[in-house]
Amino acid sequence: MAEFLEFVDVSKTFGRLRAVDHVSLGVRRGEFFSLLGPSGCGKTTLLRMLGGFEIPDTGRIYLDGVDITDLPPNRRQVNTIFQNYALFPHLSVWENIAFGLRVAKRPRREIFNEVERMLALIQMEEHAHKKPHQISGGQKQRVAIARALINKPSVLLLDEPLAALDLKLRQRMLIELDLIHDQVGITFLYVTHDQGEAMSLSDRIAVMNQGRIEQLGTPAEVYEAPRSSFVAAFIGDTNFFEGRVAEIINDDYILMQIDGFPSVVCFNDKKMKVNDLVYLSVRPEKFRISRERPQLDGRYNLISANVEDIIYLGSHTKYWVRVDEYRLAISQQHGRFLLDEQPIRWKDDVWIWWHADDGYMLERYSEADELLIQTPPEEVGQNGAVPAPPRAEV
Amino acid sequence: MAPSRRTLHEILVTTPSFVWLSVLFCVPTLIVFAMTFKPADMYGGLGPGWTLETLRHLANPNYPAIIWRTIWLSAAATLISLVLSIPMAYYIARATPGLRNALLLLTIVPFWTNFLIRIFAWKILLHPEGFLKRALVAAGIIAPDTSLLYNPEAVLVVMVYTYLPFAILPIYAAAEKFDFHLLEAAMDLGASRLTAFRKVFLPGIRRGILTAFLMVFIPSLGSYVIPDVVGGPNSEMIGNKIAQRVFVDRNLPHASGLSAFLTLAVLVPLAVVWVVQKRTSGQPPTMQEVA
Ligand SMILES: Nc1ncnc2c1ncn2[C@@H]1O[C@H](COP(=O)(O)OP(=O)(O)O)[C@@H](O)[C@H]1O
Ligand SMILES: [Mg+2]
Repeated sequence: MAEFLEFVDVSKTFGRLRAVDHVSLGVRRGEFFSLLGPSGCGKTTLLRMLGGFEIPDTGRIYLDGVDITDLPPNRRQVNTIFQNYALFPHLSVWENIAFGLRVAKRPRREIFNEVERMLALIQMEEHAHKKPHQISGGQKQRVAIARALINKPSVLLLDEPLAALDLKLRQRMLIELDLIHDQVGITFLYVTHDQGEAMSLSDRIAVMNQGRIEQLGTPAEVYEAPRSSFVAAFIGDTNFFEGRVAEIINDDYILMQIDGFPSVVCFNDKKMKVNDLVYLSVRPEKFRISRERPQLDGRYNLISANVEDIIYLGSHTKYWVRVDEYRLAISQQHGRFLLDEQPIRWKDDVWIWWHADDGYMLERYSEADELLIQTPPEEVGQNGAVPAPPRAEV
Repeated sequence: MAPSRRTLHEILVTTPSFVWLSVLFCVPTLIVFAMTFKPADMYGGLGPGWTLETLRHLANPNYPAIIWRTIWLSAAATLISLVLSIPMAYYIARATPGLRNALLLLTIVPFWTNFLIRIFAWKILLHPEGFLKRALVAAGIIAPDTSLLYNPEAVLVVMVYTYLPFAILPIYAAAEKFDFHLLEAAMDLGASRLTAFRKVFLPGIRRGILTAFLMVFIPSLGSYVIPDVVGGPNSEMIGNKIAQRVFVDRNLPHASGLSAFLTLAVLVPLAVVWVVQKRTSGQPPTMQEVA
């Protein structure tokens, strides 16, 4: 079925560098869709081909059933929020917003009403007369949004629109963007390298790496069921395990043999057979940790470990524990009033456990992807598949 | 209100350039203005006392025609230079660094040859027996009895040739600082290439264009070598008259009068530019304007 916006086998090469590599992608009408990937993975290039500023080497781009691959930028029903906003420095806020309607030679009355409506939407009425250099970064951002939205585009393209803002402002603009999307009902194609932004705003996310789409799905899908080690490591933090299938327990579960680690039960959604190579990702928050040994059924993996590092973060605590050759990252919410408890301390012997369903088998694994996980200071890697716990954000 | 530390600081900082301007520009200009009202003596100097004799001479009916020609030739040379140099500056600014340096070098290469030699080279080029003339006649573009030399058009061509680099360089300097993403933004918002160029690029390099305007228009007004060499009796400019008053008539007050007139003709465009730069564009329309 054809989607509202569709990239079909689109590639773009710069010299010998393949910036976008056979990307096929469908975006639904009205959706908030994010392209998420590390810097240099080709997000901007993909967006520029949609905007009309680059012509793809191969492939076609369809918008609402029309092939727009070769149309010039001014003939496309898309508008872009550029990475640096690209406000016209010689025009006031008012005239910047009016630009699109003025070049379209719309009646003055209509231009006036529409600009005033946009100024109200972005709450900038009292700054209408100022020049871009007289307003703050967040305000520039809002003007850029209004200037694009006034043309009533079919798709609004946003290229890392929050990257230049400080953390506080970024969080506020995040909420505003969400509100604006709800109000105008236009399809948003949002580019970012920040998984937090993508997760919190998007209906669906395409995770990009080296010019290719690694995975496409809802935020929960890409987080809970990452297909590759890249996706697992890029979106959130995780613990990787590498091993072989030792035993088929039943249709759903297998026993996995991991070097330097007790064998673990895991959910076999990939229909693995005995001796197949398995890469398992277990998120830090899927673990439970306690000094007392819990009573659990056979679907749980229960392992004794030793605490090496603790970072208390108020709402939750991060632990790094050692199990034989592995250092595991564990994140634990505090359900109870912590001061009443006997908290776990450094060098304590503890029990850790997770449910077999909470680990996820990866389709593809690459050791390089471990570097994406933020590593704690004294990380020791001996076993190929070394989990790398996250560093705490203070 | 007492002057703050800041204004005191500003005064201290601006004083040297103010003194420099007064001593080397304002005072000589005022001296020239004043000399207009002195009598000439027999030996090319100034006589005692004051007189309005020179102003009577300036009422000579030949002068208005010469002044008018000076202004339109200068204006035309300026306009043509700007029209040629804006696309050139755009192209140079967008070229790859290697090509850009080569083009800039080509722009300033003529300065390495003496100005007079280049003007005489044009005289040879445009000469009735010259290569250009014969080529154009052979191609049937002009009649054999057309003269390429000794007319206002020849003066205009050579003026454009001479002053073009002075237009390209400041406009290029502005274009080089221009953020070309703004053109993409304009096209993204529905502007055609031409509209984006007109509504975003031209305002973006406005200061460069104004500088180029002054750099071409002011020297053009004062040119006298070019009309002297490639112009004829019907293409004299006010500069020629000033030179004649000084070297032939040895009448300094008369030359000063013409000079003062020229200075005023230069100051008026300066004032216009100043006003244009001061005026804040970009006021959104009021409700009454719309309705
Ligand atoms: N015009 C260009 N010329 C040459 N290389 C380019 C050009 N645009 C982008 N690239 C390269 O293509 C790759 C992808 O770039 P880009 O799409 O900007 O990535 P992202 O936006 O994901 O950071 C990068 O390696 C970048 O250096
Ligand atoms: Mg980018």
